[in-house]
Amino acid sequence: MIPASFDYHRPSDMDGVIALLKEHGDDARVLAGGHSLIPMMKLRMAEVPHLIDLQSIESLRGISINGSRVTIGAMVTQHDIINHSELTKVAPIMRETSLQIADPQVRYMGTVGGNVANGDPGNDMPGLMQCLDATLHLVGPDGTREVAARDYYEAAYVTAREEDEVLTAISFDAPSGGYSYEKQKRKIGDYATAAAAVTIQTSGGKVSSASIAMTNLSDVPVWSEAAADALVGTACDADAIKAAVNAMLDDIDPTEDNRGPVAFKRHVAGIILTRAITRAWDRA
Amino acid sequence: MSNKMHIKLNVNGEGHEFLAEPRELLIYTLRERLNITGPHIGCETSHCGACTVTINGKSVKACTMFVAQADGADITTIEGLGGPDNMHVLQEAFREHHGLQCGYCTPGMITRASKLLEENPNPTEEEVRFGMAGNICRCTGYQNIVKSILAAASELNAAKEAAE
Repeated sequence: MIPASFDYHRPSDMDGVIALLKEHGDDARVLAGGHSLIPMMKLRMAEVPHLIDLQSIESLRGISINGSRVTIGAMVTQHDIINHSELTKVAPIMRETSLQIADPQVRYMGTVGGNVANGDPGNDMPGLMQCLDATLHLVGPDGTREVAARDYYEAAYVTAREEDEVLTAISFDAPSGGYSYEKQKRKIGDYATAAAAVTIQTSGGKVSSASIAMTNLSDVPVWSEAAADALVGTACDADAIKAAVNAMLDDIDPTEDNRGPVAFKRHVAGIILTRAITRAWDRA
Repeated sequence: MSNKMHIKLNVNGEGHEFLAEPRELLIYTLRERLNITGPHIGCETSHCGACTVTINGKSVKACTMFVAQADGADITTIEGLGGPDNMHVLQEAFREHHGLQCGYCTPGMITRASKLLEENPNPTEEEVRFGMAGNICRCTGYQNIVKSILAAASELNAAKEAAE
């Protein structure tokens, strides 16, 4: 497979990236791990006259943990997350999710930034970022700005990021209590038929707060406040879980594709969410 | 459009310098430009793992990397692990335990397994299966591949102990 021709750039700092984006406008795109963009370029579904490789920008690489505040650079890979023991201690849901993304080889290359920024409804990190109420850090010609993950996704591949902006990091407060990332996929390497990120905090044997988001069941990730509200004040009994699932089913909007018809996806969504809530509750 | 780049690669300890278009996929660079044909092209869509090589210490599918991205990299292919006269422990184990039938996926399997054992020298069967999940074999049903990798792990660990 031979993609369309392009000029390759490998700047060593973000100023260099921004300058290239400014110079080439729509003709330029940044490349992180490449495991979404390169397949699209090979199929000639994406044509990128100027490819800006972020691999030499050290400032995009670190994971820092300051108390409960976690900041992860955009070029941190899923492999890095899986092997970061301190991160796993404070936010084990990051590792649990990363282990369910693609396969080992892809996880060495696949980055948090690419997964979050691209706006692919099939990616796992967007739903997780919404569940965690993460902040996305962007830089562009006019400086830096922050966007809440819950405000970032507008439609498939359409996000709050401007063409000349780059995601540099994500940050979030490590959740307390129980957590779970559950994913149903047809095979290793496939996107989710349905996936759910759940966190649950408890007080006095009842749910005091919860956050629930699902992936690949709409053209954007679905963070459902109503689903979380259905659990608050309950002991996560079967009726409460059913109410949460029903609330989520009202919020998703799956379409038929090679993973199955709409009715099947709704069925799988219910099962996956039930499992995720049950596991998060058990761990809370 | 003449946008060729000057590329430097270190493959299996040998330096290579050449001009290439940045869009050239690394698997083609290895196979057609450098005549290193151990890494195979199976699906060419980053699913099957037949093209797996080690790049700067990572297992990577060489069909999903542009040669420009690899500029300056250290690469190890199956040829760098061993050959008919100096077989790697994993190659011996695959032969011993019949870890292949047609052999097409084997270079990718062994290259990936070498990295897996480097990171986790004493894996459980489950860890081998999880760590090898990016490599597809359509002949063996995987049983003997897993057996081969576990046997190689034991052998490598025994050799390490003997050396200590």
